Amino acid sequence: MADIADRGAPASANIHETYLAMVRRKRAYSFALLIVFVALMVAGFSVANDRNAGGFIQGFPQILDFPADVVGEAWQNVSELPGHFVDFFPALVETINIAAVSTLIGASVAIALALLSTRGLALWPRAIPVFRRLMDIMRAIPDIVIALVLIFLMGVGPVPAMLAIAIHTAGALGKLFSEVAENADLKPVEGLRSTGARWLQQMHLGVLPQVAPNFLSYALLRFEINVRASAILGFVGAGGIGYELKNAITWGQGQFAESAAIFLMLFATIVLFDQLSSMARHRLVHGGKA
Amino acid sequence: MTHSADVATGPDLRALAVARIARQRLVALAIPAAILAYLVYIFFAFDIAGLANRLRVDNMVTLLSDTWSYKTHVTRDNRSGDVEVAIEGERQGTYPAGEAPDWVSLGSDRTEIVLDDGHVVVFEGADVRYDIPGYGLVTAGHDGRRIVLETPDGSVPDFISASNARVDITTEAGRVSLTRTRNEVFRYFAGWELFFFTLSSPYHGHGPLEILFGDRIDPDRSNIAGAWQDFWGNPMWRHADVVWALGETILMAFLGTMGAALVALPLAFAAARNFAPLVALRFAVRRVFDFARGVDALIWTILLSRAFGPGPLTGTLAILLTDTGTFGKLFSESLENVDGRQIEGVRSTGANALQRSRFGVIPQITPVLISQILYYLESNTRSATIIGAITGGGIGLLLTQAIITQKDWEEVTYYIVLIVLMVMVMDTVSGWLRSRLIRGT
Repeated sequence: MADIADRGAPASANIHETYLAMVRRKRAYSFALLIVFVALMVAGFSVANDRNAGGFIQGFPQILDFPADVVGEAWQNVSELPGHFVDFFPALVETINIAAVSTLIGASVAIALALLSTRGLALWPRAIPVFRRLMDIMRAIPDIVIALVLIFLMGVGPVPAMLAIAIHTAGALGKLFSEVAENADLKPVEGLRSTGARWLQQMHLGVLPQVAPNFLSYALLRFEINVRASAILGFVGAGGIGYELKNAITWGQGQFAESAAIFLMLFATIVLFDQLSSMARHRLVHGGKA
Repeated sequence: MTHSADVATGPDLRALAVARIARQRLVALAIPAAILAYLVYIFFAFDIAGLANRLRVDNMVTLLSDTWSYKTHVTRDNRSGDVEVAIEGERQGTYPAGEAPDWVSLGSDRTEIVLDDGHVVVFEGADVRYDIPGYGLVTAGHDGRRIVLETPDGSVPDFISASNARVDITTEAGRVSLTRTRNEVFRYFAGWELFFFTLSSPYHGHGPLEILFGDRIDPDRSNIAGAWQDFWGNPMWRHADVVWALGETILMAFLGTMGAALVALPLAFAAARNFAPLVALRFAVRRVFDFARGVDALIWTILLSRAFGPGPLTGTLAILLTDTGTFGKLFSESLENVDGRQIEGVRSTGANALQRSRFGVIPQITPVLISQILYYLESNTRSATIIGAITGGGIGLLLTQAIITQKDWEEVTYYIVLIVLMVMVMDTVSGWLRSRLIRGT
């Protein structure tokens, strides 16, 4: 008994000390990291502040001036608001259409790209890296870049925005879809292959039914994002509600009632589609009527 | 369980199955039909048929050729008779008076310009003689206010467009254009012009080996320092400004994402069911999150740029506000899923609320937190490019400016390549950090 305790004591003291030393070192590292992080944040904010046209300190009291102007003017002309809603409704529909079509096209391309770049499912296994790189590039190019170039080629309108968002959507969804498809059960595919089904039939009947709920859920999430993207691209000249917003804001004082109407419509649309899609996704993921 | 009952009512079951299959078939047909109908509606709503008319083929040609090649202008001013050679016709690319590249020989009243494949253009006074191999000598000159064209066979071929006021000759070797005020020749070269040094720099036309190891080119400066100065301050490509702009974009993304995470984390506790005892508070904080997310970066950017003016701070704050909403929602969801036993364990040691959350809660949600933050850091690099285009900061601004001028497509290409590289680097870095940090904890 005694010698066991004798032998145990120094060892445990050793362990205890090593443990404390490790804790101290970990704390020192964490502290150093924290200092670096805080320094980065502070330096970053001061650089951003210096390079901004107006500083944070001068600007902060004015932060509510513009909203107050807009709300004030809109309140005076509150009777005009319903008229503005009606006027801008077609533009809003265009924005939503851009988002919907680009999600549809993007998701369809993404399904093809995902299946072609998933190990075990790919039609040409050797080409998997090619399709992966392709998706990486499609994802990496911000939609505004494609949209601006296409506006130069096709003129102002919804089509450049639609194509730009669709390309980005195909890349972004393709990656997510391929992650889902990787976890699909291969047995149905093998069963179908044994009956002599072609690749398209294997995918359509063996893989898609398994992954459809997840695919749909990701596509809906993307649709939420695309509604926002389509509004933003409108602002740089791709039509829709963003374009109207830019015009209303550029006209400035006197048109603030219009700006307020557009702000409200945009906000309501974004919230509405967020809610709808989150309800639908909840149903898809948890099954049945949740 | 109910199997026996089902089997007992066999015919009903069969009818049920048939009905279900029929409904399934209908749905399987109805969904593609609905999508098709929608696409047909879009086809007309977006006027896809009219797209062919709106498509600017000439713009596309300019864009494609400009992205990989540049042209050098040789211009004769018909009023003064001076001849000037300028790369892309820009001031910074203009050769000093009396100097020209070796394919142009300047004379007192005769300038000979040698193009590729044996094409030769000669400015003889105000007249232009263009010797096209395989076709013959084309002469164009000024007769009072009119421009006269002479071709070998007297007819005007497709590659020449001629009127009294203007003559254009376009061949694969270059382009010649005559107007009343000036005669111009364009010769095309592959590559991006003056990417390293402009003509005003003494290092123009010297190779890298010559600059690194050769004799001192500029007597006042060492070669490497001088070359770096002239490259960095290149007035055409503005490398220093471009790097600054890239840094600004990344800065916006970094500050916006991290700031949002710092603001959202404490608020998320107030919005999580298991941490906020007050229903009213929870409800209020959640609505704040929804509002911040719903207003969206576009509207935040517009509102904030009214107060702070254009610049990176505005972009940063717009990202910060939007993502506070997003992070708040995500963080409070993961807080609601934490394991209560760890917190209880920490509580049993007598820890107060702050210590409980530090040692009982945060370690549980760190992996989710880090992976979300890093994912958004990468995605916000793209957002910052877009916000920069609206609010006037970073690489987004440079890109929109370059596109709006509709002239320097090689610069547009350069910026696009840089943006794609930046996003890919951020993607790689955030992926690497994620795997390191999450495995580490």
